[in-house]
Amino acid sequence: MLNTEGFRAPVLEATNISKSFGTVPVLFSLSMDLRPGEVHALIGENGAGKSTFMKVLAGFHQPTKGRIKLDGQEIALPPNGEAEALGVVLIHQELNLAEQMTVEENVFLGRELSRFGVLDRAKMRETVQGYLDQVGLTISPTDRVSDLSIAEKQMVEIVKAISRNARVLVMDEPTAVLTEAETEMFFEQVRRLKDSGVSIMFVSHKLAEVEAISDRVTVLRDGHWITTAATTDLNTETMAQLMVGRELSDLFPPMNEVDVDARIMLGVENLNTASCKDISFDLKRGEILGFSGLVGSGRSALFEAIVGLDPILSGQIIYEGRAFKPTSVAKARDSGIVYLTKDRKDKGLLLNQQMQPNLTLLSLAKFAGALGVDWKAEAEALARATRRFDIRAKTEDSLVGNLSGGNQQKLLLAKVMEAEPKVLIVDEPTRGIDVGTKQQIYHFLAALALEGVSIIVISSEMPEIIGMSHRVIVMREGEIAGELSGNDINEQEIMRYAAGLKSRSMA
Amino acid sequence: MSNVNTQQAAPKPPFRLDIKAVGPLVALILLCILGYVLNPAFASEGNLTNILTRSAFIGIIAVGATFVITAGGIDLSVGSMAAVISGVMIITMNSAIETFGSGLTTVILGCGCSVILGLGAGFINGLLTTKGKIEAFIVTLGTMGIFRSLVTYFADGGTLALDFDIRGVYRPVYYGDFLGLPIPIWVFACVALIGWFLLNRTTFGRYCTAIGSNEGVAKYSAVNVDRIKTMTYVIQGLCVSLATIIYVPRLGSASASTGVLWELEAIAAVIIGGTVLKGGYGRIGGTVIGALILTTIGNILNLTDLVSNYLNGTMQGLIIIIAVWLQRGPWQKQASGQT
Repeated sequence: MLNTEGFRAPVLEATNISKSFGTVPVLFSLSMDLRPGEVHALIGENGAGKSTFMKVLAGFHQPTKGRIKLDGQEIALPPNGEAEALGVVLIHQELNLAEQMTVEENVFLGRELSRFGVLDRAKMRETVQGYLDQVGLTISPTDRVSDLSIAEKQMVEIVKAISRNARVLVMDEPTAVLTEAETEMFFEQVRRLKDSGVSIMFVSHKLAEVEAISDRVTVLRDGHWITTAATTDLNTETMAQLMVGRELSDLFPPMNEVDVDARIMLGVENLNTASCKDISFDLKRGEILGFSGLVGSGRSALFEAIVGLDPILSGQIIYEGRAFKPTSVAKARDSGIVYLTKDRKDKGLLLNQQMQPNLTLLSLAKFAGALGVDWKAEAEALARATRRFDIRAKTEDSLVGNLSGGNQQKLLLAKVMEAEPKVLIVDEPTRGIDVGTKQQIYHFLAALALEGVSIIVISSEMPEIIGMSHRVIVMREGEIAGELSGNDINEQEIMRYAAGLKSRSMA
Repeated sequence: MSNVNTQQAAPKPPFRLDIKAVGPLVALILLCILGYVLNPAFASEGNLTNILTRSAFIGIIAVGATFVITAGGIDLSVGSMAAVISGVMIITMNSAIETFGSGLTTVILGCGCSVILGLGAGFINGLLTTKGKIEAFIVTLGTMGIFRSLVTYFADGGTLALDFDIRGVYRPVYYGDFLGLPIPIWVFACVALIGWFLLNRTTFGRYCTAIGSNEGVAKYSAVNVDRIKTMTYVIQGLCVSLATIIYVPRLGSASASTGVLWELEAIAAVIIGGTVLKGGYGRIGGTVIGALILTTIGNILNLTDLVSNYLNGTMQGLIIIIAVWLQRGPWQKQASGQT
């Protein structure tokens, strides 16, 4: 075993790395080292700088300050993945495979073997088969990538990396999209790679997995290095504490109880859609109702159906005391129900447009008069929104794609608020944004609830659900697994329902 | 990074020059100067009116194409559509003589027929693209072939000629003047103004841009994507029918070769004008200038011996490539600023 303290010189060593984007500092003097045959986990909250740091280590970003040593030699890693030639490979979360090509074609993409100008398919197939055997993957080199499971695709990426003689593998949330069984299979490969001397650094939010697979852990918080420790010296509890580093109560506003007499704004009865089964719940005026559950438990699909994006098969929705049939997003909006998507870049904002058309797109009818869209009113709305939501952009006509994630999210929130909702459904409202902005969003939502708006928070971040919600509904496989309120709202209870250890019928 | 809030105190510059927007206009002016230097007759009133009149057909169609392209679609069928509409118009008017005589009623009937056909053809293109979920390129490639073969069939492989008496009544629509300017120029101007208003000042125009930028975002923002997209094809159809109405009296005939390659000229005018081919950014003013640039090139080649007139297509092709190449520069710079 090589995971005991400092026997061998590190393969990759970063010292005092700082990184700024423009004038915004993101990383502050981080140091870490990666030893041969080590699995090193990088953990931290969203916005802690993990992805940026990883990209620096793989050459995708150049550090503003600091030194990187590879095999003891100081080096400036070449950009755009050219560091692969040096044996440093970054595997992105969005996998980089040509879906319509075969495994073998993907592995050799860009450096195909040929004889007399003709592809030497037999040789390539043989080589790839060798690698597949090495990692214990039971797929064929001639399988089409689009036919593989996500876990298998990820393994193909790893095979690709090995075939390029990777000595350092940097992986961004490799298990985020994997099922439990797939994760286990993945870990098996990681152990094999490790035994063959490959160093692996990975980011994960799943602390139990970090505990299970890593040798050492480095914790980042708000761009600062907090600690690097042997995994055996930590447990999930201490890791979480190191990551957050402050009382959660700082982050969330004080919770105001819902008026017991508050009327029910939204009632859903026995609702069935393509991916949700027999859903019933109530939402009171001024209430914040959390929806928790694992990724793919049907939370987003449920609310997309409620705002008219997905057909409803049976069941009914009572809104403000009357039956409500969501036939279109426009109808839901006009009635006062709006949905903030979790997919900011593909469904939320027009990245190649300016802020103004983005802000008013959902509620454009409001700005249209007899003489067309009132640009002045729109400009005023933008000025109001930038003040109210503290949206920071270089100039008013910056393209939205150039804003930071946090500012994009605030703009998206401003956009749905332009529709003046009475029921606001926010899906992963703080995904991929920094802690400061998170706090602003939490306080904004709480203030909104106090004004009488009913809010549904769908989130995979447990502290967010616990810190914000009056009541929590946990979904599992398209059904409501359980409902929690008051002191019962805690991580263990939610996890039990989400993982299927406990269900409503048992409770 | 500075904050928008802090900038509010500073007065906004009253007028900003956008290089991308002014580029095509500068190109047109340079082209005109070149034309005048090569042959002073270029700047004669007659020649300039001629350029504008000839630009009208492609220009009107291109205004419609601006909507389709801005919303992320494409319509390849417009040339064939113009041909089949001309053919049916002529057949309708010729056969209406018996009932209504060869007067204004017949001409109005023919024009009405054109508008209905244009709207209908556009609607079919739109419906197949949205409800049928077939790529616009495929749909309009198909209807392009269908329309073209229909006009050949109607003309029995030859030429459909408009009755001589009706030609006399209909003639002023192309050759006539109003306040000193030929009618086609007025129609072009009106179409362009209405188009500009629709694209820049109405929710419809904004929705077109949003759909072209990102259909998913539009859908989640309560935009009725299918309806708006279908509308763009209907507008395109209407523009084709208007162009046909002023085109028919020019020659008084229609054949299989009517409107050949108009679709490509229209798309070229749109692209030269700065509209982005993959959608999300459209400029009606640019399209008008694009159409004028295309006609001006042909005109200059006619007036001078510098380059053979047969190389008209080469010149137009070069202009298209250069125009897009010039537009790419600033776009790419902005895109690479993304993190």
